[in-house]
Amino acid sequence: MDQLLPSPFGPTPVQLYPLGDAAVVLQFGEGISEATHRTIQAVAACLDAHPFPGFLEYVPAFTTLTVYYNPWVASQAGQQDPYHCVSESLRQLLQQVPELPAPDAVPVVEIPVCYGGAFGPDLDLLSRYTGLAAEEVIRLHTEPEYLVYMIGFAPGFPYLGGMNERLTAPRKTQPRPLVPAGSVGIAGRQTGIYSLPTPGGWQLIGRTPRRLFTPEAASPSLLRAGQRLRFVPISEAEYQHLQEHEL
Amino acid sequence: MSCSVLRPGLLTTIQDGGRRGYRQAGVIVSGPMDALALRVANLLVGNSPEVAGLEITLLGPTLRFEADHLLALTGADLSATLDGESLPLNRPVAVRRGSELAFGPARTGCRAYLAFSGGLAVPAVLGSQSTYLRAGIGGLEGRALRAGDVLPAPGPTPAGQRLHQLLLRPQSGPRWVATSWFPEPALTPLPTAEPVIRVLRGPEYDLFTVVSQRAFWEEEFTVTPQSDRMGYRLAEPELQRRAEQEILSSAVTFGTVQVPASGAPIVLLADHQTTGGYPRIGQVITADFSRLAQVPPGGRLRFQEVSLAEAHYWYLHQEKTLQQLQRGLALFHYR
Repeated sequence: MDQLLPSPFGPTPVQLYPLGDAAVVLQFGEGISEATHRTIQAVAACLDAHPFPGFLEYVPAFTTLTVYYNPWVASQAGQQDPYHCVSESLRQLLQQVPELPAPDAVPVVEIPVCYGGAFGPDLDLLSRYTGLAAEEVIRLHTEPEYLVYMIGFAPGFPYLGGMNERLTAPRKTQPRPLVPAGSVGIAGRQTGIYSLPTPGGWQLIGRTPRRLFTPEAASPSLLRAGQRLRFVPISEAEYQHLQEHEL
Repeated sequence: MSCSVLRPGLLTTIQDGGRRGYRQAGVIVSGPMDALALRVANLLVGNSPEVAGLEITLLGPTLRFEADHLLALTGADLSATLDGESLPLNRPVAVRRGSELAFGPARTGCRAYLAFSGGLAVPAVLGSQSTYLRAGIGGLEGRALRAGDVLPAPGPTPAGQRLHQLLLRPQSGPRWVATSWFPEPALTPLPTAEPVIRVLRGPEYDLFTVVSQRAFWEEEFTVTPQSDRMGYRLAEPELQRRAEQEILSSAVTFGTVQVPASGAPIVLLADHQTTGGYPRIGQVITADFSRLAQVPPGGRLRFQEVSLAEAHYWYLHQEKTLQQLQRGLALFHYR
């Protein structure tokens, strides 16, 4: 069932394979890279502009774009083989993918974070683990421009790339039963923001008053794959002020 | 025009066809565990197939209808009674105001679906009335039903109203009447105790040892009590990978069988997360979701390998049969 399709950009072919009988996966290489991410974004945008019959929705991830479809509609009410129709549509789509605008055309989302204290109960622990002063942890965490590779795990939860490797720290051995929404944490070489109150094992270094998931909004997730973000340190007073404005 | 919840049951939630189009924002689909049963229930009362109804889990609620209603109950046999008399499954039922629906022990399966002609008037959140418990959205205030709740049920559609009047004379006669007809039995399979679930190989099938691959197809798995609408956690045998290899997070879907490091497989269901980072050994075919959703905690199941062409054959077959039912009902009962 696996097929190799010509890539819209570059020489590496795109792998196409089924995920069950109502989804297919387009796989763009094996490793995390900004180039792969941009290709996935470009293909997703093209799919938005040119949906094929039976197309339902897609989920971008680090190296894949998973495309969900309705086999009944895709097969023209059972007249044709649904998988053949979908893979043929995607093969044609890949040939007409235009280049995305340059990355600096994408605005940077600022995420205000109150570090340490009650909002970041693991900041001291992380500081001891990395051998960096707490202020240095905050400086290194707020320095880079992060890339939102994908949204998953929970509504609005961003998988971010770009964290300084000196901040690498293991997960907590005993996950917390409830992590408040907005908590900013580190696990391994990743940093992220909890979008819903959930159990979780990340080391918590701060919290943002911004809501990452707003179900009442037409666009429920604050962040989207392809966006860039920066953490901005704020005081507890600013946190309280912003939180009142956010609600 | 409503329905009072006298007792909520174990886990009774409002579900429609599911929340579509927001998976890329990490918003799960939710919707019914047994979509076939909800669709048939809706068609039987003259609704479109994905209108919101109640998903009833193992121990059913006690409901009192505060107005005349046209209902259909499908899925598991949870010993339903209406005003103390046994209620037949899988057919439209006209009930009078004041009737009480109650449930007893689960006989076969574990999830029943109650459709109301005219649906349920709860607000849609992100385009769907489905309850998403963890985020607290959809359904009735984002939660399962509680005693004392009043379900806003606007009452039968005009076509449903006509069938109601045919079945029940306005003033006298019995408290409720079910039709003598029922749909094609293939659409209302009685849940089986130890089903064989048909599965396609998952994208990471080849990462598992030959012994584990064979065990996956040949052994029987138990659905543990740590199972819920997110997924079934299966016990015995444990499945091993040939080598530890980091898997990048990627999208998953209803019926994905993923295997965490512990080796105990998880079958993802209606409330599954949108993405996962565990290797996917298999993917249940859509035509068997209904059978899968009816396996109770402690129940057992086996997996059988099929090809994508077979999966699509059964998908299209089920879809055709549903559409025949819808056309037949439109022709004879819901003109």
